[in-house]
Amino acid sequence: MSDFPHTPPKQSWTYSNDVNAEIRRAAATGIYDIRGGGSKRKLPHFDDLLFLGASISRYPLEGYREKCATDVWLGTRYAKKPIHLDIPVTIAGMSFGALSGPAKEALGRGASAAGTSTTTGDGGMTEEERGHSNTLVYQYLPSRYGMNPDDLRRADAIEVVVGQGAKPGGGGMLLGQKISDRVAKMRNLPKGIDQRSACRHPDWTGPDDLEIKIMEIREITDWEKPIYVKIGGARPYYDTALAVKAGADVVVLDGMQGGTAATQDVFIENVGMPILACIPLAVKALQDLGMHRKVQLIVSGGIRTGADVAKAMALGADAVAIGTAALIALGDNDPKWESEYNKLGTTAGAYDDWHEGKDPAGITTQDPELFNRFDPILGGRRLKNYLKVMTLEAQTIARACGKNHLHNLEPEDLCALTIEGAAMAGVPLAGTSWIPGKNGF
Amino acid sequence: MQTFDLEAQGLRALNQALHNLKGQTNETSWEVVNPKGSHAIAVGVDAPIDITVRGSTGYYCAGMNKQATIRVKGSAGPGVAENMMSGTVIIDGDASQYAGATGRGGLLVIKGNASSRCGISMKGIDIVVHGNIGHMSCFMAQSGNILVLGDAGDALGDSLYEAHLFVRGSVKSLGTDCIEKEMRPEHLAIIADLLKRGEADHLAKPSDFKRYGSARKLYTFNIDNASSY
Repeated sequence: MSDFPHTPPKQSWTYSNDVNAEIRRAAATGIYDIRGGGSKRKLPHFDDLLFLGASISRYPLEGYREKCATDVWLGTRYAKKPIHLDIPVTIAGMSFGALSGPAKEALGRGASAAGTSTTTGDGGMTEEERGHSNTLVYQYLPSRYGMNPDDLRRADAIEVVVGQGAKPGGGGMLLGQKISDRVAKMRNLPKGIDQRSACRHPDWTGPDDLEIKIMEIREITDWEKPIYVKIGGARPYYDTALAVKAGADVVVLDGMQGGTAATQDVFIENVGMPILACIPLAVKALQDLGMHRKVQLIVSGGIRTGADVAKAMALGADAVAIGTAALIALGDNDPKWESEYNKLGTTAGAYDDWHEGKDPAGITTQDPELFNRFDPILGGRRLKNYLKVMTLEAQTIARACGKNHLHNLEPEDLCALTIEGAAMAGVPLAGTSWIPGKNGF
Repeated sequence: MQTFDLEAQGLRALNQALHNLKGQTNETSWEVVNPKGSHAIAVGVDAPIDITVRGSTGYYCAGMNKQATIRVKGSAGPGVAENMMSGTVIIDGDASQYAGATGRGGLLVIKGNASSRCGISMKGIDIVVHGNIGHMSCFMAQSGNILVLGDAGDALGDSLYEAHLFVRGSVKSLGTDCIEKEMRPEHLAIIADLLKRGEADHLAKPSDFKRYGSARKLYTFNIDNASSY
């Protein structure tokens, strides 16, 4: 028999080892996989784009001598007190509950030191983040956990959350392991139960209601605060247009790479669009309405570097938001905890069971033994450093493109490495003048 | 009494005047005339004052109220007293959907009927409805009490947490994880208090009501309850 030629063992692409393992896990446990983070697929992304840089027809700015401004105004449409940030990289909404108190403090410290804003999440406003955030955006979510007029008034802006990139159309989830006494009290829930947040707001549906809801919030806050509307990357052209119609000062657009504290893996990986595909559609909606730059656009979902910041802004965003990257800067998934990740059955870089509250880095937990490992002062400094580096990187690219403000970057500065990237971003494939879908081709 | 003509003076001026009442004030009695269904009347008030709205209101009247007693001499549109923190809101007529949504404290009294989703996601508010309430009322209600002298529509208390629901009339159907529960003396005391504060003690007595609450089967995920999710 051994001399008889035979086909070597061949794994199925459809039924890969990963797929089969998930089938076995589902069969054994009877529950879908829940995890944190965003999509782990290899998606079309900013990596598919390149900047062209200066040439004979475009001259660059001197890297260390000529100014390249990075500031951004948010909320200039209606708010009496719009926000002015030094850098266009903001910290996305992440809840106390999902994150520990010290982690929220660190986000506030780092963002304030870098001249940018932080955002609350689905758990109300904590003293840690209000006290350490010079500019704090207060999320107005379907659950309304902890919602109250005093916090609305002491916020610097209000973000009405309609959707989230990791789960457009989905609600929140915080499993019982993380509902500590303090979290339970802030959310009016019994301790230790699984917290389910509704997927839509309890007192409005549709854009006409949203317009009235925004008006109510403006009345409560005497028209002082910028009001953002956050949408997941589902139908960005129409959602952006409707948010503008409803009276938003700022649209926050979150692609499917954007993280979540806990959601079904099937939801994270199969619902929504990558941020690269979303930005041009949102920008077009703003341009069609004559509101580009008047209603500001913040984009998020997979922003990692200054290059990503510059590319998002070249496509028309006014600013970006980071969540997962900020947690990594704080120390999430750091290889120094590898032995503890191994005990949890995972490895540094892949740890995503944030909902279980066992985070060795002490960031996504409510366990005092774990969160006391985390130094919020050091964490804040690391975040500040990271934000500064991103800004420097974005400035470096902008100067090379001859731009004296990050907002002056434009699609004309870009080309794409892939057909998918060219089609989604609406910029030419490198070395050609071809933009798939444009001019009938 | 301060009389405010909403049609002539405008909503912004009304709410700003009410917000300016910080700390102690002698302007404790307000009357709003010509509301004509306007939205966001008397929202975000934080003062121990009395406000009477002479006519019907649009969306979110008395939203996020603190301390004030607000009486609507008419009917109220969607989301009346949404996220109320404290104080009292009394609607002489009917209330549209989402009445008292996410309310965290205070008392909402509706002398007529309330539409669907009354008390949705309530978090500590007390609600007294002299008439009936519509479908999906008290969806995901977390805490507080609701007393309904009439009937309740479909799916009462779906996905309920720890709110107390008391209904005198029929309940068309109970939502997932909502069950009828034993009425104990402490519950009768709650009802008696609500009847009195809700200006309804002449209309019913505590023993007329049935109590509904959470079966607490959805508090932690179990695949055998999958059909309930």
